[in-house]
Amino acid sequence: MRIAVLSGKGGAGKTFVAVSLAAAAKQACYIDCDVEEPNGNLFFKPEEERTRRVSVMIPKFDDEKCTGCGLCTDFCRFNALALVRGRVLLFKEICHSCGGCVLLCPEDAADYTQREIGEIREGTSGSVHVLTGMLDTGESSGVPLVQELISNIPSGETEVIDCPPGSACLVMESIKTADYCVLVSEPTTFGAHDLAMAVELVRLFRKPAGVILNKCLPEKNPAKEYCLQTGVNILAEISFDRETGKLLSDAKVAVNTSPYLKAQFLDILATIKKEMRP
Amino acid sequence: MKVIIPSETDRLDAPVFGSFGRAPWFAFADTVQNTIKFIENGAMGSAGGAGVKAAQTALKSGAEAVIAPRMGQNAAEIFAAADVKVYKAKAGSIEENITWLAAGKLELLTQIHPGSHGGMHS
Repeated sequence: MRIAVLSGKGGAGKTFVAVSLAAAAKQACYIDCDVEEPNGNLFFKPEEERTRRVSVMIPKFDDEKCTGCGLCTDFCRFNALALVRGRVLLFKEICHSCGGCVLLCPEDAADYTQREIGEIREGTSGSVHVLTGMLDTGESSGVPLVQELISNIPSGETEVIDCPPGSACLVMESIKTADYCVLVSEPTTFGAHDLAMAVELVRLFRKPAGVILNKCLPEKNPAKEYCLQTGVNILAEISFDRETGKLLSDAKVAVNTSPYLKAQFLDILATIKKEMRP
Repeated sequence: MKVIIPSETDRLDAPVFGSFGRAPWFAFADTVQNTIKFIENGAMGSAGGAGVKAAQTALKSGAEAVIAPRMGQNAAEIFAAADVKVYKAKAGSIEENITWLAAGKLELLTQIHPGSHGGMHS
């Protein structure tokens, strides 16, 4: 089963939950799709990590063949091309690799070339297979890197995808193939606000989903109120706890140290399995 | 000289708009013929690459100079490649900036900001 962990708001505890789910499962694959700031590997410290560079296709133009007709520059809906003094200028950061210009060119002056945008690191940590996507500094879109990560997940019993924060393109790409979405929230007005956006997103994708209310305190919890008022499924409540906070700030896998947390995450895994089969 | 200026409205007394690619209007002025016309900026609502598209529009119009308060690196690269001079707008109207340019009172824009290349991907 493939579980995607998202939250809307950053800092709600996605990586804590995703790492805990993967570590609590007997055999698991943990996939860090937070390619702009992946940090699950800080907890797992994978061994024998292999690195593979990831590229996207971009066009290159043969100035000898190009007649400067402007068909490709007019066609590009991403505005990645400009015609200057009869020559095509490519703004590669804006290019979405659609290939339209190459298909369209009547002079056969456009061809594909590769551009590196980041890398995938792969290693193991105990019984967890760890895949990490790392986008190069300065790159604007991690979508192709997330696609490459997702298509390289080895099939296993439990696959846990750690999503980027927010609810935009990168998150959509990360949850597309998931069987179940776990939404992590914190007891703040901001947590509740961004949780509502994440709920809207997983509903759009028609994914079965449940909320983990993280860092719960005896005081008022806006995220819980939102769930109760709108009938959003609550998977579990995790108490705010100094000991857990200390484990996390020391980059320890919490479920390996705390039998209580391990039991709680095993329960969550069992509930997810049940809810996936309607 | 033919000059293009990002504008907040389609009137001569409009202030120069703060962004080049995302301006609602462009003023096209010909300082020799003493004519001016305003056209809507088709790039304004682009998901990404607004600067590139707007610069392309400027080139197609035959502009020899641009007056703008600031500019992203993509549009600036296009103007540099096309040898179109970019002047820094002063606080004032479209009309005043055209007068200042004709009188040689505008300086070249040297500060170029990085583009928000992500478009809708942020």
